[in-house]
Amino acid sequence: MFLYSSITKKVLMALAGLFLVTFLCVHLGINLMLLKNDGGRAFSTAATFMGTNPLIKVAEIVLFAGFLLHILFGLVVSGQNRAARPTGYARSNSSDTSFFSKYMFHTGIIVSIFLALHFCDFYFIKIGLVAPPAGIAIHDFYNRTLLLFSTPWYSLFYIVSFIFLGIHLNHAIQSAFQTLGWNHSKYTDAVKVIGSVYSVVIAIGFSIVPIYVLFFLNKV
Amino acid sequence: MNFTLKIWRQKNVTAKGEMVSYDVSGISPDSSFFEMLDTLNQKLITTGGDPVAFDHDCREGICGTCSLYINGRPHGPVKGVTTCQLHMRAFKDGDTIFIEPWRAKAFPIIRDLIVDRSALDKIIQAGGYVSVNTGGVPDANTIPVPKEKSDAAFDAATCIGCGACVAACSNAAAMLFIGAKVSHLALLPQGRVEAATRVQKMVACMDKQGFGNCSNTYACEFDCPKGISVANIARMNREFLGAKLFSEKERVIKESL
Repeated sequence: MFLYSSITKKVLMALAGLFLVTFLCVHLGINLMLLKNDGGRAFSTAATFMGTNPLIKVAEIVLFAGFLLHILFGLVVSGQNRAARPTGYARSNSSDTSFFSKYMFHTGIIVSIFLALHFCDFYFIKIGLVAPPAGIAIHDFYNRTLLLFSTPWYSLFYIVSFIFLGIHLNHAIQSAFQTLGWNHSKYTDAVKVIGSVYSVVIAIGFSIVPIYVLFFLNKV
Repeated sequence: MNFTLKIWRQKNVTAKGEMVSYDVSGISPDSSFFEMLDTLNQKLITTGGDPVAFDHDCREGICGTCSLYINGRPHGPVKGVTTCQLHMRAFKDGDTIFIEPWRAKAFPIIRDLIVDRSALDKIIQAGGYVSVNTGGVPDANTIPVPKEKSDAAFDAATCIGCGACVAACSNAAAMLFIGAKVSHLALLPQGRVEAATRVQKMVACMDKQGFGNCSNTYACEFDCPKGISVANIARMNREFLGAKLFSEKERVIKESL
């Protein structure tokens, strides 16, 4: 992993990242089914499909590999970047560039912490590593989700995590295209705009569910 | 004009350095940044002090010798100029000005504000040239070059190799420098022949020198005194990927370098 050249490492990170970005879109689609007021039937059907379909099972392995690759290379690359400037400046850089682009490592760490918790809450229960909370069946993702989101601090943490993911994606999408060499006067501006819009849609889209559960579900 | 200067002082490569404060007064707004430093040095010499060492040569913005990280930006606050073309009218009377050397593991400090930028020369030596003698000036249009390509190559070739991109980069990466050099040669027919091996050798050398990895913050483009575009970095990435994936005979193995 350390032996790969700088560009190879970043290209692999970019490819894994873009794959994860498309996965987010699918995940968001399923989450938004929770908004359908049918006692969780649509959501549970989708969750069962995702949990049992053999093609999805294969995709799941690719997904985990994507996460692992992106996170490990991210750590290696960030480590090397810090080592490349052992002594910092007394006056830090004041160039007029995108502010958050310098904090990809930090936002990435916050998203990873969320991911770890998310695994404990859902995936580990699904594969039977962790026992589900009392009164909820192993595969009952609907009630499990409602239970989690009815806790305000959990919902808040969830929303904050997605705001950070949005910030991460805002730079990440156009950055991945640049790393893959896809820079062109005709479409680079479009890629930047679409990337920013996509990151906002992801952050807001995922945040709608806890807000709905906390404030609107069974309240009217 | 009067200024308070905070300057990095360091005896040699191994010594521990520190920021030292100096006051200069009676500076003309029309004097250049270096003339202001010359005034300070004259004062230091006459009072028995140690003058501040800094790099400079042509003082007309074309050689790439000058450096200085001024108030958080390489080559100071004015866009598109080198430090030697920076004038004191760009500052306000009574300003405190921080002057630091380029900071990168690949650029060890020789003394005060002078850093050793030979890491960039080593990258050029690794492949940033055309290895056959291309002869004298050919007759016009004997080698056809499309206008857009010659323009893009010329834009990349304006890189003076000062290292501001490395200094500006939050990762001390040299990607803009190498991107410019790779692009400038790969776009022209004389340089195209060796393009696949060149990019692999130069990137391998870059990694060996201890530069960071590009994270596309684009501070390099913003602070480049020659306005080199980050599109050159993308072109280098394309050249590199193309060479690694599709060229067979030109494949460069890192260990063989």
